[in-house]
Parts: sequence; C-alpha cells; structure tokens
Amino acid sequence: MNSENKARVLLAKVGLDGHDRGVKIIARAFRDTGFEVIYTGLHQMPEQIATTAIQEDVDLVGLSCLSGAHMHLFTEVVRLLRENGANNIIVIGGGIIPWEDIPKLKEAGIKELFLAGTPLTEIVEWVEREVKP
Amino acid sequence: MFTAKILNQVRQGMKRWLQVAENNAADISKDKRFSTVSDLAIKPIYTPEDIKDSDFDSGTGYPGIYPFTRGCQPTGYRGRLWTYRMFSGFGTAADTNRRWHQLLKDGETGLSTAFDFPTLMGYDSDSPKATAEVGRCGVAIDTLADFEILTRNIPLDKVTTSMTINPPASVLWAMYLVVAERRGAGWDKIGGTIQNDMLKEFIAQKTLMCPPEPSVRLISDTIEFGTRYVPKWNTVSISGYHIREAGSTAVQELAFTLADGIAYVQGVIERKNLEVDAFAPRLSFFFDSHIDLFEEIAKFRAARRMWARIMRDKFKAKNPRSWWMRFHTQTAGCSLSAQQPFNNIVRTTTEALAAVLGGTQSLHTNSMDEVLALPSEFAVNIALRTQQIIAEETGVINTIDPLAGSYFIEALTNEIEEKAWEYIEKIGEMGGMLAAINRGFPQAEIASAAYHFQQQIDKKERVVVGVNKHVAVGEAPIELLKIDERVESEQLNRLREVKRARDNRKVAQTLNNLRMACKNGQNIMPYVIEAVKEYATEQEICDVYRDVFGEYQDPGFY
Repeated sequence: MNSENKARVLLAKVGLDGHDRGVKIIARAFRDTGFEVIYTGLHQMPEQIATTAIQEDVDLVGLSCLSGAHMHLFTEVVRLLRENGANNIIVIGGGIIPWEDIPKLKEAGIKELFLAGTPLTEIVEWVEREVKP
Repeated sequence: MFTAKILNQVRQGMKRWLQVAENNAADISKDKRFSTVSDLAIKPIYTPEDIKDSDFDSGTGYPGIYPFTRGCQPTGYRGRLWTYRMFSGFGTAADTNRRWHQLLKDGETGLSTAFDFPTLMGYDSDSPKATAEVGRCGVAIDTLADFEILTRNIPLDKVTTSMTINPPASVLWAMYLVVAERRGAGWDKIGGTIQNDMLKEFIAQKTLMCPPEPSVRLISDTIEFGTRYVPKWNTVSISGYHIREAGSTAVQELAFTLADGIAYVQGVIERKNLEVDAFAPRLSFFFDSHIDLFEEIAKFRAARRMWARIMRDKFKAKNPRSWWMRFHTQTAGCSLSAQQPFNNIVRTTTEALAAVLGGTQSLHTNSMDEVLALPSEFAVNIALRTQQIIAEETGVINTIDPLAGSYFIEALTNEIEEKAWEYIEKIGEMGGMLAAINRGFPQAEIASAAYHFQQQIDKKERVVVGVNKHVAVGEAPIELLKIDERVESEQLNRLREVKRARDNRKVAQTLNNLRMACKNGQNIMPYVIEAVKEYATEQEICDVYRDVFGEYQDPGFY
C-alpha cells in the first residue's frame, strides 16, 4: 500500500476523561483511509502528547476530551508543541465542547473542532484537504 | 405451547397473508431490511409459530417465580414502584447537596452520585492531573469533610444512595459508612449501592487504577464486608450501561454483563469463605435503555431469566433471592443528539417506557441537554417528571409484564437470550471474563459494533432525527449549566485546610496499616474506614493501592 503523501496522525485522549468510543472510531476511519495512525490510549497528559507527537514526527494531532477540561488541556498541548519548535504540526480536537469555546480554542491554535454528529467523511475530507504531509 | 391444529391453522393463515402482502403493489418493504438499533433483523409479523417450542410455565411464567422472566416482585409495580433515582453531581459538595435537596423535593425517591473525573480516578483536587477537571463532570470529593457537606440534612436512614464509583469505591463507601454511623443511622439499616464493577471498566467505562486481578480482590473484600456488616447494601452494580454506551449491541451488553457477574461470583467463592447464598442476594445490576423499544424490553426479560438460570443451575444457589436479578436502568446517553436537543425529551421518554415495561427496579432518565453539559435544573425537572407521568398517568403499571405473551416479544426475548448464551459460552471457553479482557475480546467486539453503527449513520442506513435527517439550520443555543471557575479554587482551599487541621501522624499510621492489610490479603475495608475517619484523602488511600498492586495503563486498542 502506497502511503506516500498520506497524513501521519497522532490521536490522543487528553486528561482523565475515559470516553474513547469516538476517538477509536476516528482511528479506524483514518486507518481505513490510509492515514498512518498512532493512538496513544487513555489518560495522556499534555506533556506526553507533545513529546510523542514530536518523537513520532506526525503531521496532525487529534485531541479528544469529553470531560469539560478541553480549554486548558487542548491549549496546553498547542503551547507545548510550539514551545518545542513543532510549528508545523496541526492540532484538531473533538468531544463535548460548547459552541462559545470554539473561537477561543481556534485563537489558541486549534485549527478545527469536530463535534457530536459530524460525519466521519467530513473529518476525513478535511484532513485530506488541510494536512499536507 | 400450541396444538398441532392451531399451528396448522397459523401456517395456512401465513400463506394467505404472504399472498396478500406480495400482491400489494404499494408495499416497499420487500427490499428493505428492518432491524433494531443493534442491527438485529425483525420480521414483518410474529405468530404462534415463532414461539411454538417455548413453554409458558418455564419460559414466561409468573412474576416472583423462577425464572422471573416477568419480574422478581410477585406484585410488580402494583406492590412497589420503581425508584426515581436521578444520577446527579457537579461542582462542590455544597452545590450537589443543593441539587439533591431540590430533586428530593421534586419527588425523586433515591439518590445517585456523579463524581468528577479526579474523584473517579482516585486523584485529589490538588493533583496536577486534576487541573481544569475539578467539579466539571460530577462532584469533587477529596476527604470525609467533603462527604459530610454532600450529605448534609439527607436522612441516610430513610433514603438509599447509589454511588457511581469504581476503583476508589472502597473509599467513598467508607466515607458513607462513617457519616451514617456518626449520624445514628446504623449499618444494619442503611441501604444503597456502590457501582464497584471493575471488569466493565477495563471493557468500557475506563476509570482505571490497578490491574484486573487485584481489582477483583478489592471487590471481593467489599462484598464480604457488606455481607457481614451492611446487609442492605448492594456492594456491586454489575453494569451493562457503559458497555452499551461504548457502542456494543444489546446482545453484547447482556452477555458481557452476565459474564462479569459470573466472574464476580466465582471470584468471591474462590477468595472468601462464603456460601453463594450469603452474598448473591445483594448483587445488583445496571442496564442501558436504548432507543429501540422492543429490543430493550426483550433484553430485560432475557436478562432476568438468564441470571436466574446461572445462579440456580451453575452456582447451585438455593435461596430464591440469590436467583433474583434486580437492576437499575439509565436511558441511553449515546442515543441523544447535540442538535435540536429538545428532541431528546422524546427519546428519553420512550427509553424510560422500555425500562418500565421491562420491569426495572430503579430508573434514571437523562436530561435533554446532557449531550452538551451536565443537566440544568430546568432539564432535570422534565426528566424526573417523565418518570412520574409514566408511573401515574399512562396505566402501564396496572398489570405486571404487560407484553408477556406477545409473539413478537417472547420470540425476541428467546432470540436475544440464545445469542447472549453464545457469547457467554465463548467467554467461558476463553477461561472466563478476566481472561477474555486480557485478550481484548469484549473490547474488540465493542469497537467493531461502534464502528459499524457509525458507518450506518454516515451512510444514512440508520436515521437519527436532527442529525442525519430532518436537520435544522441555524439553531439557537440553549441555556446550559456552567461550572463556575471558583469551584476549583474553593475545593483546593478546603483541601488545604483539612490537611492542615488533621492529625497527619495518625493519617500516616492508618495508611501504613492499610498498606499492610493490602499486602497480607486482609479485608481492606476496616483499614480504609480508619483512614477515612482521620481525614486521609482519597488519593492518599488510592496511592497505597497503586503502590501495592501496580497501575494499569489502557492498551489503546481500536
């Protein structure tokens, strides 16, 4: 299988939230599309995610959080990535995120948020469009 | 169940019906597949033919009589209504205490505790892992001091409380026991439930701490302690809800839950000097009530019948109470939509109806805004009223197990039972649930079922109104419950104060004693109780567990 020009993605559950149904579905969908998927598993702290993302030289980091702690956790991941020179890694997020937090998250460097009810095809197409490996 | 004459008549009748159906040009149902939300195929009609091998007495039977298909209580809801038990908790203990009093005032009849993620995972509010998480998904409880506030003016001798807590269940239960005792509510009188079901954590809910083996040991300790000292307490709530919410089918939810139950019964028998009849009557269950009305009703009936058979035939329990399956139900969170949230009121209503027609002992109804936030007062009030209207106005409680005898429901009950046994046998061949979990079997089944379901949604093979059909554009946002920023700082201040005021030497001593008990295989409950009395924090106690038993890391399969 030719995986050239296919995105290399790190999917991570950040914080204490253990709801992994959504992120696992996305992992499968990405894998079936041909992206290289690394899934961190649960209970990752921002530092671990940033380190793994840089070590694994990924193009995209997808964060999932349904516990309401996304403002702090998502922005922290972005901050750590940029602080360590990873300026080209795109960060996206999903989970339970109120509408009014979206502009703030985007301002902090989360490129897009994918919320409940978003079809998988929409997310896959977005990655194919926006993430240039 | 039917004479040859009747069955022959039915066969003739079916031939006639098929002809009429096929000649109906407007009928489009020939090419379309009709199935439950779990993808179980459903036929156009059901007749006596579909249950011809069933026996009324041993299959359907009577409420209160083995195998309890029609319910455990002989007089059903006529004798005792289900408990209105609304899962709730947010912010500080004081915030939750206020909500609890409001719910009791509005007519709920049992309490149910939602803890925040740090508490669920055995971390204190001042742990670096707790940053931004304190009080967001539930109430923050760090020490007995918080628990005293949580239960302020709650009559613990009159109302029963459920606590959704798993790895740290022993700690929260100890807090409850201490508070009850101090207020004069004897341990022989108090009732309630701790979820305390670690097997489903590894499979689905994922509040994790120690590996499977020591987790089952801790659960055995709590079961033993409850059996001896707190006879009205349900020390485990063997749960299928989370398995279903993670994406399993109804059959998988049922099978994995029962397989977990089998593992716990075996676990206690192997570890403790207890007869099965001594502890089995206090095992309780917790199921999902999903959107497919009839599949759920059939599932609940099959569940009771299967557990009765497991307890009597496999474990040779003699006390009929050991054969009873008593369960709490929650309407399916995963069936709700973020779009057009008021539609969720309708979903919750039909799901609640399914649970009632299925004979649940206790029920939580979701609020319509729960896809977006914790329930607002407005939304939770409607959810509670939903139960009350079903109970008081619809008449469904007038007769016991009203759907018994329906060819469809009895056939579906049989089918779900049959398919669930297949899974249980397969898990048995693997060496039981612990072995199956270590192999990742239930986790893989769930992930596949969840993916399959999502694909059906994306292809519009399955409809969710407002999400992939009848979509609205430009919805106005609704008012949501917000967790105040002050919650975290308030909680940190209180924790700091408790740690300053307590006798830290005594705390260290109790923790050391607990550590010894863990290592020596003694029942940990008395030691946890002593630690809790000295205001040891939840994390301090859980750190002992982590230290002695090791930490479990989610393997991250998908």
